[in-house]
Amino acid sequence: MEKRVTFKGLWLPLLLVLPQIVITAVFFFYPAGQAIWQSLFIPDPFGLSMKYVGLGNFEYLLGNPYYRASFVTTAVFSILVTVVSMGIALYLAVLADRLIKGSGVYRTLLIWPYAVAPAVAGVLWLFMFNTRVGVVSWYLGLLGYDWNHVLNGEEAMGLVVVASAWGRISYNFLFFLAGLQAIPKSVIEAAAIDGARFWTRFRTIVFPLLSPTTFFLLVVNIVYAFFETFGVIHTITSGGPQQSTTILVYKVYADGFVGQDLGSSAAQSVILLVIVGLLTIVQFKFIERRVHY
Amino acid sequence: MATVKLDSLKKSFGKTEVIHGVDIDIKDGEFIVIVGPSGCGKSTLLRMVAGLETVTSGTVQIDGAVVNDREPMDRDIAMVFQNYALYPHMSVFDNMAYGLKIAGTPKAEIAERVDTAAKLLQLESYLKRRPRELSGGQRQRVAMGRAIVRKPSVFLFDEPLSNLDAKLRVQMRLEIKQLQRRLGVTSLYVTHDQVEAMTLADRMIVMNAGVADQIGAPLEVYANPATEFVAGFIGSPPTNFVNADLAGIGNPDAVKLGVRPEHLNVMPSGSGRLAAKVMYTEALGAETLTHLELADGTMVTARQSATEAGAAEGTEVGLDWQDGDEMLFDRNGKRC
Ligand SMILES: Nc1ncnc2c1ncn2[C@@H]1O[C@H](COP(=O)(O)OP(=O)(O)O)[C@@H](O)[C@H]1O
Ligand SMILES: [Mg+2]
Repeated sequence: MEKRVTFKGLWLPLLLVLPQIVITAVFFFYPAGQAIWQSLFIPDPFGLSMKYVGLGNFEYLLGNPYYRASFVTTAVFSILVTVVSMGIALYLAVLADRLIKGSGVYRTLLIWPYAVAPAVAGVLWLFMFNTRVGVVSWYLGLLGYDWNHVLNGEEAMGLVVVASAWGRISYNFLFFLAGLQAIPKSVIEAAAIDGARFWTRFRTIVFPLLSPTTFFLLVVNIVYAFFETFGVIHTITSGGPQQSTTILVYKVYADGFVGQDLGSSAAQSVILLVIVGLLTIVQFKFIERRVHY
Repeated sequence: MATVKLDSLKKSFGKTEVIHGVDIDIKDGEFIVIVGPSGCGKSTLLRMVAGLETVTSGTVQIDGAVVNDREPMDRDIAMVFQNYALYPHMSVFDNMAYGLKIAGTPKAEIAERVDTAAKLLQLESYLKRRPRELSGGQRQRVAMGRAIVRKPSVFLFDEPLSNLDAKLRVQMRLEIKQLQRRLGVTSLYVTHDQVEAMTLADRMIVMNAGVADQIGAPLEVYANPATEFVAGFIGSPPTNFVNADLAGIGNPDAVKLGVRPEHLNVMPSGSGRLAAKVMYTEALGAETLTHLELADGTMVTARQSATEAGAAEGTEVGLDWQDGDEMLFDRNGKRC
């Protein structure tokens, strides 16, 4: 039986999807088209005229060691953010799942960080790790560790990873908890009777049954780390020191708005566009083929 | 093979006590059915034996050893759940082999034991399938298979047939009985279906609101119910209850009189011990159920063989029974 509502005419459905189309056109297609167009030109030094260079911007970018370094930085950053935020979220979700009473309170508290805007989260962590007045760096100093993310690239990376992962934990936690609670309790009990102790059960039953959730979160978190962490990086390190935290999306901003190299910046945007497209395809392919238990 | 012993077993959830002390001594190889209405604590009792619920007080013994503090995996039991609780991401073979793999059983032996169980349960051609590719009855068999391959000393069943349709339920009931007889494994079987209890049990525990009202062989319980609840719960249609005064019972303690439908004789009006009016009749083929109304409005049912001439609906009749078929209950519902 046909469950969907079907419209006979063409005008009503068009009218109904029009707002969405307009929004997508204004905020996505138009700027995306503009980026693609601009990526084919370089402006003269005074910004008065544009010179067509074909794929020159892309050739230059791919040959540029700074851009390639930014790729590596982005890969390291996204993997760390994804692993840290998903790992901690899964751990907390497993704990909360075992807790019957009071789990509501924990859940609410754990959701809060998600409501904090990335830039605010960045400032928050920056305060704690401030090299002169930060609480954490002061304690680290007592332990004999000289924290200075302004000079040390690895510490800077660590800090932006923690600050970016922190807000994500809530989001991941919610999905993991929902995933865990969707696993019938009797299946876990059956495994316990079959002789599986906690870790064996987790490895052989819980984790495999959670894999659709895990995969979904993996893609969503990578996309987040790629694109939505701009605020965190901008407030904490501004991409430094020595570009050690300049991820691709930050480089678009740094080259385009700070360096005023609009052609290169546009070409970088196009490359990012392609990456998002690929990630989306991966996700849809998976959802199509995903096993429904 | 093992004995099971429950000793004043109690369970509370928070401040609410749901099992008020159950005692039973189960012999090796015995098939015990725990029967009672929904919510009376059957599953809780079974889960305490399994180790899935903690014991509040009293003891559970398996083969002479107190197992209160043992994990489920250390009790040498297997359980079949109402929703089967199969591992959805594993094949039928892996579902059955899971426990053996964890126990470190050699591969060849696992294959042999799973194959034997699959043959016994007619699952040979489904070993590669996932649970969702099976029918309800087949899933049920896989759950049974998973229980038997491990050769446990006790089987626990929690309403294993209640998700099946009526016809399959009758068939599986028979299969479970045969299987248990063949393997001789001590079994505890929970059901809310009194027919299932009657047909499967060596002995049954009739539960009523967290209390074991009666423990005994099915026919013994049927013939001689210890409480009004048991008399009303076991048997279909249920026992008729009549006000003791109306029935002219001499015993001063008796509040109610119980008579089973098959023991009520419908007689011509004016004869017998009670006057009644035939409200409607149900001819079921082999037997006919006659529903009657007494002078005080109580409804009773008489079960007659179809060969007897039934009274027409709307006629006045008399009811009679033999003294030996009378069951008297006091104010607390106990036999007196
Ligand atoms: N985990 C639990 N927490 C609180 N009450 C429970 C829990 N499990 C069962 N109960 C209560 O205990 C009583 C017996 O439940 P149960 O053993 O499942 O009954 P049955 O299996 O006979 O239908 C019910 O009143 C039920 O609400
Ligand atoms: Mg139950």
